[in-house]
Amino acid sequence: MFQKRIVICLDVRDGKTTKGVKFKGNVDIGDPVEMAARYYEQGVDELVFYDITASAEQRGIMIDVVARVAERIFIPFCVGGGIRTLDDMKAVINAGAEKISINSAAVRTPALIEEGASHFGSQCIVLGMDAAADWEMPSGYRVVIDGGRKPTDWDMLDWAREAVRLGAGEIVLNSIDTDGVREGYELNATRLVSEAVSVPVVASGGAGVPAHLADVFKEGKADAALVASMVHYGDYSVNDIKIHLDREGIPVRKTW
Amino acid sequence: MIGVIDYDAGNLTSVSTALRFLEADFFVTRDPQELVRADKVIFPGVGEAVQAMGNLKHSGMDEGLREFAAGGKPFLGICLGSQILFDHSEERNVPCLGILPGRVLRFPADMGMKIPQIGWNTVDFKEDPLVSDLPGEASFYFVHSYYVKPANEDIVLGKSEYGIPFTAAVRRENVWATQFHPEKSGKPGLKILKNFINL
Repeated sequence: MFQKRIVICLDVRDGKTTKGVKFKGNVDIGDPVEMAARYYEQGVDELVFYDITASAEQRGIMIDVVARVAERIFIPFCVGGGIRTLDDMKAVINAGAEKISINSAAVRTPALIEEGASHFGSQCIVLGMDAAADWEMPSGYRVVIDGGRKPTDWDMLDWAREAVRLGAGEIVLNSIDTDGVREGYELNATRLVSEAVSVPVVASGGAGVPAHLADVFKEGKADAALVASMVHYGDYSVNDIKIHLDREGIPVRKTW
Repeated sequence: MIGVIDYDAGNLTSVSTALRFLEADFFVTRDPQELVRADKVIFPGVGEAVQAMGNLKHSGMDEGLREFAAGGKPFLGICLGSQILFDHSEERNVPCLGILPGRVLRFPADMGMKIPQIGWNTVDFKEDPLVSDLPGEASFYFVHSYYVKPANEDIVLGKSEYGIPFTAAVRRENVWATQFHPEKSGKPGLKILKNFINL
């Protein structure tokens, strides 16, 4: 039976996993390679690493992290953050990542999606999309970039459709309004995007308890759900989440 | 020594990393002449069938693979490398290698599922040395829009379901092929690669 995916997100800064909380700073919470290996053993279905390193000079550290992760875990993982050119994509893919995620760079240069998809195949190209509620937009949500600081002219659904047309093979929809507050995903936005595009949609932003994942799979029609804080701080294990989803009748991967 | 075929159809890092982890002896090659050094072949690949077939013909690897498969030594196709073993693909109507009889079809758009299938799915296998000693209910990682339809049901080794039932693995004599990625399917996937190494 086809299963819903649980994806753990690790923000990496200068080679360390870090976690930001809305309106607060970032705190280092561990070594990304060791954390990835631990989550792999716990049965996570996929991982995503976002490089939030500020300076371009430090980018080599991330490539090294990717290569070391690839030697330890044998499940798909995606890398995003700071990818602006085809060469950036090549470096990450050659280091062993399965997928690359592009967000603000794709809005600024949509051709980047096309280039990436024709070079590596659509399955490698994930569109990261940050959306914020905005009553002026037709769908009710506006695409924002640069970590939510900068509004764009794109309506969430128009950009999702355009990115898929250009070759994005998957969309990670991150709600700026729910991110980091652990009160549940933006179910309405997730459902709208999932129903608008033919490719899988990964819900992101707001997971605090396993029931939130059940909600976003059922009501949000998500294909996968991204979690961070709720597992990083030890509140829940991957297994806790899977047991809950299984009880709710949602198919999950049970042996690994 | 396992020969891993490089024909610019996707990235080989994950297959190579998995084989290194399993301490297998292997080499990566684009040269059909080098296949004489191989006692087994892994034929991976992601991407698009037309481009892949073009690359294989250009290097003469299409003939090399046909000869190797006919020679009786173990051969494992993965994902796109599984699909293009068959006669023909619906993906832009391209003739393929014809090592296995059958066709490659696109998932129907109206089956109510996202296309491509991206993610984990269970597979029901027949008994076979390639899939021996797998944990119960094991899942495997799939990324594909097309699936294989063998002319002869007898070669179906594993079945799965995504909107419709489809063939997830095949075997005919020395030729095995999986639609899923064993190198990205956690420990059950590594077990399949280990079984192949030990054949």
